[in-house]
Amino acid sequence: MENPENVIEVRNLQIDFHTYAGEVKAIRDVSFDLRKGETLAIVGESGSGKSVTTRSLMGLLAPNAVIKGGSIMFHGDDIIKKSEKEMQHIRGKDIAMIFQDPMTSLDPTMRIGMQIAEPLMKHKGLKKKEAISQALEMLKLVGITDPEARLNDYPYQFSGGMRQRIVIAIALVCYPEVLIADEPTTALDVTIQAQILDLMKDLQNRIDTSIIFITHDLGVVAGMADRVAVMYAGKIVEYGTVDEIFFNPQHPYTWGLLNSMPTLNTAGGSLRAIPGTPPDLLDPPVGDAFAARSDYAMKIDTEKEPPFFKVSDTHYAATWLLHPDAPKVTPPAEIVRRQKKFAEMQRPEPPIKNTTKE
Amino acid sequence: MRKYLLKRIFYLFLTLFIVATVTFFLMKLMPGTPLQNEAKLTASEKASILAQYGLDKPIWLQYLIYIGGIFKGSLGLSFQFSDQAVSYLIGSRMGPSMQLGGQAMVIGVVFGIILGAVGAIRKDTWADRLATILSILGIAVPSFVLAILLQYYLGLKMGWFPVAGWEGFAYTILPTLALAASPLAETARFIRTDMVDVLSSDYIELAKAKGLSKFGIVYHHALRNSLIPMVTLIGPLAAALMTGSMVVENIFSVPGIGEQFVKSILVNDYPTIMGVTIFYSALLCLLLLLTDIVYGIIDPRIRLSGNGD
Repeated sequence: MENPENVIEVRNLQIDFHTYAGEVKAIRDVSFDLRKGETLAIVGESGSGKSVTTRSLMGLLAPNAVIKGGSIMFHGDDIIKKSEKEMQHIRGKDIAMIFQDPMTSLDPTMRIGMQIAEPLMKHKGLKKKEAISQALEMLKLVGITDPEARLNDYPYQFSGGMRQRIVIAIALVCYPEVLIADEPTTALDVTIQAQILDLMKDLQNRIDTSIIFITHDLGVVAGMADRVAVMYAGKIVEYGTVDEIFFNPQHPYTWGLLNSMPTLNTAGGSLRAIPGTPPDLLDPPVGDAFAARSDYAMKIDTEKEPPFFKVSDTHYAATWLLHPDAPKVTPPAEIVRRQKKFAEMQRPEPPIKNTTKE
Repeated sequence: MRKYLLKRIFYLFLTLFIVATVTFFLMKLMPGTPLQNEAKLTASEKASILAQYGLDKPIWLQYLIYIGGIFKGSLGLSFQFSDQAVSYLIGSRMGPSMQLGGQAMVIGVVFGIILGAVGAIRKDTWADRLATILSILGIAVPSFVLAILLQYYLGLKMGWFPVAGWEGFAYTILPTLALAASPLAETARFIRTDMVDVLSSDYIELAKAKGLSKFGIVYHHALRNSLIPMVTLIGPLAAALMTGSMVVENIFSVPGIGEQFVKSILVNDYPTIMGVTIFYSALLCLLLLLTDIVYGIIDPRIRLSGNGD
C-alpha cells in the first residue's frame, strides 16, 4: 500500500472482453484509491466500465473477461492474483456488494432471515441459530418493522424499498471494510431512493465501512459521495472531491454530464443531452476518447492521449485544455455559473493553480 | 383452496367419463370378437355365449349397461380369465407395475437431476456435451429397443441379471433401467435448460457476492429454484412411464398391468381393456392434480395466491 489511509489501491487496471467481434477493451488503464471510511462515487454513462471495474474488485468478472494488466491491492495483497477459493473468503466478508435491482437479487425460495444469515455461517462459522439471531439485529438496523416476524417471510412479501434494505442487510452483516454499491437506487422510486441513501450513510458511520458508489445519477452523488471519479470509455477522465467535480469541473465530458443534469435553475422545458454516442471499445479512438463528441476538441485530442493535469492536490483531470499552451475556452453557461460559486466557496484560500502533474 | 380442489375433482370425473366413452366406441371398431380364436365352437354356441355376455345387444345399449355398471362400482368381468372381476385383476397385478414404475421414476428423476445439473454447471465443456448426448439418446431410443439391448448384453452375454421373469429384486433391475432411460433423459434436459437460466439470475450473483462456494450456491440456491418448474414434468413423465411399461413388461414377462393390457387387446377382452384404460386415466389425472398441489407447497409465491390473498 502506497498510503496507509487507503483500503484499496487500483493501479493501471486493464480488462478486455473476448467476444465474437473481437477484443473489447472495456477498462483501459484505470487507477484509483479508496480511503478508509470515505464514499467514492464512480460516475459515467452506461458502458463506461464502472460496473466492470468494481466487479473486478470482487473477482466476479464474466467468464469472457481477461485482466490484461494492473493490480488491485487490498490488505497488501493483489486481488487479481488470488484464487477463486481465496476470493470466496474475501467476498461478503471484507468486500461486499449491493446490486441494482432488489426485485430480482433475492432468492425467491429462501426465507430472508436465512438469506441474511448465510454469510455469517460461511465466514464467521456461526451455527444457524446464532446466525439467525444476528440476522435479526441486522434487520432492525436496516429499519424493517416487526423484524422477528419478518425473518420467516419470503422476498415476494416485501416491497422494492424493503427488499433493498434486506440486500443492504445481507451486504453489511459481516461488517465489511468495503461496500460496493452498484446503482443501488436506480430501480427505486425517488422517495424510496432518498430513504435508502440516508440508510446507507447512517450505516456507513455505524459500521465504519468505505463505500464505492456506482451511479449515473449525479443528483445522488452530490448527497452521498466524498470524492468522485468520472469514467468515460473505460478510463477515468477526472477525479476530485465532490465540490471540485460539481463546482469546478475541468473535463468537457464532466461539463456535459453536469450540463445535462436538470437543476432547479434549469430554464425552459427541454433537457440538454450530450450529442453522439460513446466510442466502440473494440477499436478505441486514439487520443481523448471524448473528442468526437466534444465542442472543445482540439487537434491534439485526436492524436495524443491527454495525461492527468493537476488542478489541486485532490483534483486531477485528463484533458489537453489544462495544458499551459492550450487556448482559454469558455465552458457552457451552467458550468461558468458553477465555477463562480466555487470561487466564492474558495475565497479564503488562494486561487486555483493550473500546474501540470508532469 | 377447497373450492379449487372441488372444481378440479369434478373435472377429473368429467375427464374419466369422456375417456371411458371414447375408448368404448374405439374398442368396438376393432376387428374380431372375443371368440375369434375358438374355431371349434358352432355358430349357435357362439351366439349363446355372446348373448350371455350381452354382446348381442346394440352397441349403444351395451354402452349404457357398461356405464351403468361403473356407477354401481363394477368394472365388469374379464372374458379371458374364467370370469374374474376386472377390478380384482387390476388389483392383483398392480404390485409389479407400481414397483417398476416407482423405481424407474426415482432413478430417472434423481440421476436426471444430477446429469442436468452437471451439464448446467459445466456448461459448454465436455461434461456438458456428454450429458447432452446421453439425454438425446435417452429420448430418441424407444424403451423396447433399450429393453432388448439390455436383455441381450447385460442379461444373456454378461449374465449379470436375469433375462426375464419375476422372482425377486434382481428381476426388476433390467426392466427398471429400460423404463428409467426416458424420464432420466427428459429430466436431465429440463434441469439443464432451467438451471442455466437460474445460474445467470441476479440472486445467484448475490449468492456469489456473499462468498458462497460453488457447491453452496448450487445446493442452496440454484437447485431449489430449478426444481420448482420440474414438478410440472412429473405428470407427463408418469404418463410416459405407464405407456412404456406396457411394452417393457411384455418383453421381460413381468406379471403387471401393462402386460395384461396388451394381452387383453389381442384377445378382445373388452371389460379388461376398458377397466385398465380407465384405471390408467384415473391414475394420470390424480398425478396431475397432485402435481399442482405439490407445486403450491414448494413455491411460496403460489401458496399465497392459493390461499386467496
